[in-house]
Amino acid sequence: MNSVTSFSTISELVSMAEENCSSISEIVLSCEAQKMQNSRKEIIEAMNQRLTVMKKSIEKGRKNYSYSVSKMVGMNAAKFDNFMNKNSILGKIVEKAICYALSVSEVNACMGLVVACPTAGSCGILPGAVLSVSEEMNVPDEKIVLSLFTAAGIGMVIGKNATLSGAVGGCQAECGSASAMAAAAVLELLGGTPSQIGHAVALALKNYLGLVCDPVAGLVEVPCVKRNAFAAVHALVAAELALAGIESVIPPDEVILASYEIGRLMPKSLKETSEAGLATTSTGRKVESMINNL
Amino acid sequence: MESVFDIIGPIMIGPSSSHTAGALKLASMARSILGETPNKVRVHLYGSFAKTYRGHGSDRAIAAGFLGFNTEDERIPNAIDIATEMGVEIEFLPSNISVDHPNTLEFEMTGKSGLKIVVQGISIGGGNIVVKKIDNYEVNLTGNYETLITCHKDHPGIIAKITQIISSKNINIAYMYVSRLEKGKDAMMTIETDDYITPDIYSALLKSPDLNFVKIIHKT
Repeated sequence: MNSVTSFSTISELVSMAEENCSSISEIVLSCEAQKMQNSRKEIIEAMNQRLTVMKKSIEKGRKNYSYSVSKMVGMNAAKFDNFMNKNSILGKIVEKAICYALSVSEVNACMGLVVACPTAGSCGILPGAVLSVSEEMNVPDEKIVLSLFTAAGIGMVIGKNATLSGAVGGCQAECGSASAMAAAAVLELLGGTPSQIGHAVALALKNYLGLVCDPVAGLVEVPCVKRNAFAAVHALVAAELALAGIESVIPPDEVILASYEIGRLMPKSLKETSEAGLATTSTGRKVESMINNL
Repeated sequence: MESVFDIIGPIMIGPSSSHTAGALKLASMARSILGETPNKVRVHLYGSFAKTYRGHGSDRAIAAGFLGFNTEDERIPNAIDIATEMGVEIEFLPSNISVDHPNTLEFEMTGKSGLKIVVQGISIGGGNIVVKKIDNYEVNLTGNYETLITCHKDHPGIIAKITQIISSKNINIAYMYVSRLEKGKDAMMTIETDDYITPDIYSALLKSPDLNFVKIIHKT
């Protein structure tokens, strides 16, 4: 694969993988090795370190009995962890995805250690989706690490052609991108083809188009933490649709451009400025003035 | 976006890459510019920092930056107390003054040696930062490169002299920027390089009578 040096679109990534009879993760990994002039071993080790941090934040979050500074967030992951084995109406993988995504996102809100992926506000989505599936399917760590390269490749394309910033593109840019990245990673874990991965990305992102970023008191808490749980499950739905052979009519690269267009058209008040939406509800305002008086 | 680890990363203490990790990096860069741990810092918070710094732990992250912690240090939540114990006095001053960038911070630092420097910068997302001002000089530093900062007499040949010293060590300059307040007085130059700036460059530059300030900030 000496000719592989870079990619700018999902369709390039998919066709590079198909032409080389390889996985998307291998393409991303080999581009990274060439670009950064690091060995494959070093890069895999650096990703493995991130996987370890993700696992630790899941373990910490589900046993976390503390609150964030604002007190808006805390104990939800622990609450769900306690609930899921007995009363949940959802299957094991979905339950775990919810619990893990909540855990990581709450650890983040409570100033714990996390891996931003692609941002801190969306940090629960990828680990939630990927680790719930890999645990239930007994996927070895080496394979999970590879799937994170697939996720990263998708995020790089979105970052290049659209944006990963909530302030620029709304929540679709953060949680939407994270969900598309997670869908791709999960599909690679489940043995999906490169083309199916492209469809999973399109399906996940498409359903997130238009999502605003209206955090209460400007904090990465409400609606962010619970949204991470929804987005992790959302990624699983996209992955399973694609695995079943369901295709997105609009190709992934066009969905990415659409998300950018929608982001730019969105009013500034709904892009991380907390000047509208949930942030300006009467409860949102109360929380804000409470924070200002801390 | 150059690396996969710009997407899956940074590993950081939450909750916000721009308000926590970025705030820490700005403070840490300011500390490197001062060249020592400050005794006293007045932190001016603008834009969204002024509104949300407590909830995002920006105050603790800033304290951690002045103590030299990195973005994944689990002591960050307690950094204000640690700073107080270490005799670093930090005052947080939220401001309503409107600024160009929504995430702007300004640090008025006094070092243990008595040196005073003001550094202003912005947090541009994903934990990335840009230092925009050192004292009254405009600069443009990201901390992603080896960085050399000089303050020199603004007269012909001085810039060539400095870059000559750098090129003699076979170091490639990626970006450079000169800023002055008044013609013929003092000027500040910032140089970002691809290669490690060796200590002998520092001593060679210090020998020059035209330079009154030389600082090297290594890439972390």
